[in-house]
Amino acid sequence: MSLFREFRRDVLLALGALAVLLAIGFGVDSAWPRDFLTSIFAIGLLAMSLNLLIGYTGLVSFGHAAFFALGGYIFGLLLQWGDFTATLGQGSVPVALLAAVAGTALYALVIGAICVRLTEIYFAFLTLAFQMFLYSVILSWVALTGGDQGLMGGIPRPVFLGVDLADPYHRYAFCAVIFVICMLIMRIVTESPFGYTLRMIRDNAQRAAFLGVNVTRVKLICFVVSSSIAGVGGVILALFTSGAYPEWAFWAQSGEAIFMIMLGGLNVFLGPLLGAVALRILNDVVQMYTSHTEIVIGLVILFVVLGLRRGVLDFAKDWWVERQQAKLAAENRESQQ
Amino acid sequence: MLRLENVVKSFGGVVATNDVSLNFPTDSLSAVIGPNGAGKTTLFNLITGHLVPDSGRILLADEDIVGMAPAGIVRKGIGRAFQVASIFPTLTVEQSLMAAVASHVHMSESLLTAFPPRSVRERAGELIDLLGMAPVARLLCSNISHGDQKLLDIGLALALEPRVLLLDEPTAGMGPEERWQMIGTVRRLWEQGRMTLIFIEHDMDIVFEVAETIHVLRYGSVLATGSADDIRNNPEVIEAYLGTETPEEVPA
Ligand SMILES: Nc1ncnc2c1ncn2[C@@H]1O[C@H](COP(=O)(O)OP(=O)(O)O)[C@@H](O)[C@H]1O
Ligand SMILES: [Mg+2]
Repeated sequence: MSLFREFRRDVLLALGALAVLLAIGFGVDSAWPRDFLTSIFAIGLLAMSLNLLIGYTGLVSFGHAAFFALGGYIFGLLLQWGDFTATLGQGSVPVALLAAVAGTALYALVIGAICVRLTEIYFAFLTLAFQMFLYSVILSWVALTGGDQGLMGGIPRPVFLGVDLADPYHRYAFCAVIFVICMLIMRIVTESPFGYTLRMIRDNAQRAAFLGVNVTRVKLICFVVSSSIAGVGGVILALFTSGAYPEWAFWAQSGEAIFMIMLGGLNVFLGPLLGAVALRILNDVVQMYTSHTEIVIGLVILFVVLGLRRGVLDFAKDWWVERQQAKLAAENRESQQ
Repeated sequence: MLRLENVVKSFGGVVATNDVSLNFPTDSLSAVIGPNGAGKTTLFNLITGHLVPDSGRILLADEDIVGMAPAGIVRKGIGRAFQVASIFPTLTVEQSLMAAVASHVHMSESLLTAFPPRSVRERAGELIDLLGMAPVARLLCSNISHGDQKLLDIGLALALEPRVLLLDEPTAGMGPEERWQMIGTVRRLWEQGRMTLIFIEHDMDIVFEVAETIHVLRYGSVLATGSADDIRNNPEVIEAYLGTETPEEVPA
């Protein structure tokens, strides 16, 4: 496949990362690394996909977690529905996964078509409003969603192709594979002509339009892709917790993803993932010493934002780019003399 | 190639374009001059679909383009560079041109292929050579000189292989020497590129030297149209604002 040839380096890196993740999961004789990493897979996809909007396109969404939650709920609800698993048998889990992605994409298409026409603060407010809408639907439609209790009673996971998701090792490996595939998809998308069109829109949307770019449509495609990947994050969390909970659709969940991006950096591909890992570790460590975790984490974020004025990887990238640019400029001056 | 017929545009009380009729023949090189606020930029905004005229027709090769969206008009072959260079600060010169070329070949929405495709890179390389920007190709657009930014803005328009190219004050904010260099490049692009080129400029020496046809605007109306000699000797133009002697430079 020519796509894999073009992205050979990234494909190899992805395979390498997957090998490491599997080695950790199967090699370490404790549940902790598996559980820690699985939760990173879920929220990492949420933060990474949100950064397609924030970092690459300049669209700050405050409501991204809605799609994360929707993916988890669709997945969980389908598998809890007896007729569904009875009909599909072995195919239940894969079909539920695909349906969760397709359903989230469709919902994002509708929401996005309304939101992407607006800019900046109006876009942010509208995405937040739609998230609160979904949150209240989940809370009030108790018969379907279990309301504030979430999806109770566990999610059935019929075995498929020898994969038994009730087994923690199988589940971990399955989540790791899905996570790595999504990361690779995002990498390809951001390094495609489409990805550079996103950067044009971020830098100067009006000029992009004058270069023949259909700005609204490109933004909408980005919105749908990023929301679908957030939905996959929700599926992973639903598998991990064997349930789905309304807090996933609460604004604080979106806020946490924004923190992760701010912490890790928005102009480097892996920045949000680093932010997710950092925030999760910070959270766990701080929890050992105090119950005022929010305050301590808030202070750390303040320090990063005010001290470095950007995420950690952005700081490193800017330093490196400045050096490269200065070197190139110096070479030009020399060659002109 | 491009014809304006009785185009009118007003903003509240200000009539920025007052019954303007102009003809730009195929492959011609024309200048639009006039004092600040004469309506020159507005004229370009009308042609590119950024503004919609109150009345009148704008014909590109006999097709009325009034009411079309800017992106559609670009696709019809009208390219434009801006009075204040409109570029992409966080991309390099090369990346910007490649992204513009990608848009031209309808790849802006290609998600599953690597950037840049080879043909796009090659075309961007040609543009870089054409503009003489090879030394700065790998610099960020925010790190190049003002003159190079103006040049890149023109290059972005050229990436779309326009039939009609509109340049809004390509020499704005440049020193005298740099101006002549820039206008030399513009003239060369026109000679090599076979396109209808229209530029706005207020340095009269440059206009008289370079343009085939000159259109003088004042208060949104066309005051005069003609060759350099026609304009130089047009009593209305002289009386209006060129002064009595041979003109130096129109006040900006
Ligand atoms: N979008 C706008 N809204 C209101 N007035 C405008 C707008 N654009 C231009 N004008 C007015 O139209 C007149 C012509 O402006 P412009 O075309 O920019 O002049 P020039 O480019 O010749 O200096 C000016 O009086 C200007 O204030
Ligand atoms: Mg102007």
